[in-house]
Amino acid sequence: MKKIEAIVRPSKVDEIKTALGTLGVHGMTLIEVNGFGRQRGYREVYRGSSRDVQFVPKVKLEIMVHDESLEEILSVIITTARTGEVGDGKICILPIEDVIRIRTGERGNEAL
Amino acid sequence: MSAVDTCFIIICAMLVMLMTPALALFYGGLVRSRNVLSTTMHSFSLLGIVSILWLLIGYSLAFGPDVGGIIGDLSHVALKNVGLEASGYAASIPSVLFMAFQCMFAVLTIALASGAYAERIHFPAMLLFSALWLIFIYCPMAHWVWGKGWLGEMGALDFAGGAVVHMTSGAVALASAHVLGPRLDLRQGQIAPHNLPMTILGGGLLWFGWFGFNAGSALSAGELSAHALVTTHMAAAAGILGWMLIEWKHMGKPTTLGAVSGALAGLVAITPAAGFVEVLPATLIGLVGGMVCYAGVLLKNRLGYDDALDVVGIHGVGGTWGALATGLFASKAVNGVDGLVYGNPHQLFIQFVSVVATWAFAYTVARILLYAVNAVVGLRAKPESERVGLDISEHNERAYHI
Repeated sequence: MKKIEAIVRPSKVDEIKTALGTLGVHGMTLIEVNGFGRQRGYREVYRGSSRDVQFVPKVKLEIMVHDESLEEILSVIITTARTGEVGDGKICILPIEDVIRIRTGERGNEAL
Repeated sequence: MSAVDTCFIIICAMLVMLMTPALALFYGGLVRSRNVLSTTMHSFSLLGIVSILWLLIGYSLAFGPDVGGIIGDLSHVALKNVGLEASGYAASIPSVLFMAFQCMFAVLTIALASGAYAERIHFPAMLLFSALWLIFIYCPMAHWVWGKGWLGEMGALDFAGGAVVHMTSGAVALASAHVLGPRLDLRQGQIAPHNLPMTILGGGLLWFGWFGFNAGSALSAGELSAHALVTTHMAAAAGILGWMLIEWKHMGKPTTLGAVSGALAGLVAITPAAGFVEVLPATLIGLVGGMVCYAGVLLKNRLGYDDALDVVGIHGVGGTWGALATGLFASKAVNGVDGLVYGNPHQLFIQFVSVVATWAFAYTVARILLYAVNAVVGLRAKPESERVGLDISEHNERAYHI
């Protein structure tokens, strides 16, 4: 079992969710985050004074997946989230020790 | 006494009253979300305190019988002899209505200056300072220009308050910014307006109220009030264009905050001239007003004072330009006085004197009052209060629970 943490452009979220839906992914968590990487920030101007905003708004998607479906899901996220410009985001893959479905008490792969 | 004039000025007084809550929206949107309620209180509480002080003594000091060209006497204290008969200022409306119309101007003027000390003043100090500067700065200024005081007698033209309202609040704002010092977070570059749609709503309502402010300053419903409404509107429109053009050139893109600021700059600039100049010069006054106020706002970065919401840049600079422009473009055909362009350079000199006198008087007295208030109650909120935000630390409330 793996947990995918994908930081993506907010404008890409709907497209990613639709594409993953066709793969049978039936759960994800969305978190609105702010951060910077190579894209750095952007500039706001108020009455002739500019202000650099360091943290750019992004969305972090968290998805728990079976080991065997990992690569397919990753490739869908990559193709839908990519624009080719700096600021497309990052994906991080973490091992999961165990998962519990709270309603039934099921554990492991059964609970995904 | 005229029922038409009375009806008209009642409506204008109501319009000018609306400008103070509008200012609260305008300023409230420009501060950070932790200070929006305190900034609102800097306008709203003045509807309370200034109105009552105006009733008790302010009106008498400003518009009571003249004492040496400097101040009104005490014969109208607590509205004594201010009733349904006409005053010496407006022959066709009850003096109590003239008093109420002028009351709205006083409230707005004191509130305008609050943009300079926003986000850091201690509330009791703000109340005390406002009460003092109403009595010691606004009332003399109103008397000098409109109450048969020395500036008006000298021939200075100020139709609706370029000097009394805008230059005065601008000068008080500059003194406040100097004495209070900058906001703690200013240098970190983390200060940005929290709700520009609110500011735009406030700006739009200010424009609306300004029709009462300028057209109503004719003090009757007639040709002059209609003329003032048109000059006011066209100057505001041109002010948008002036600010937008110069900002587009300077920063690469036009901003919404720039558009609404430009409209206000045009309105400020036309205020002293609205009933003295033709429509085309009024449009030019507004256009240039939008441009000079843009430059005026940038001035604070050069000179290093923290005029938080640009009262000096817009009201101080715009009011000064408007006063001088009145001396340039005033026309006998509109209201009996010619300016430089029509062959009367002396009028420009008189306007210049009114500019110097207003800035010097208002700035100096404001500094003295600020030091006095600081000694009595302490001007600035404590550093930890300022960091938490004045809404919680000064008022025990929070604007947004979302």
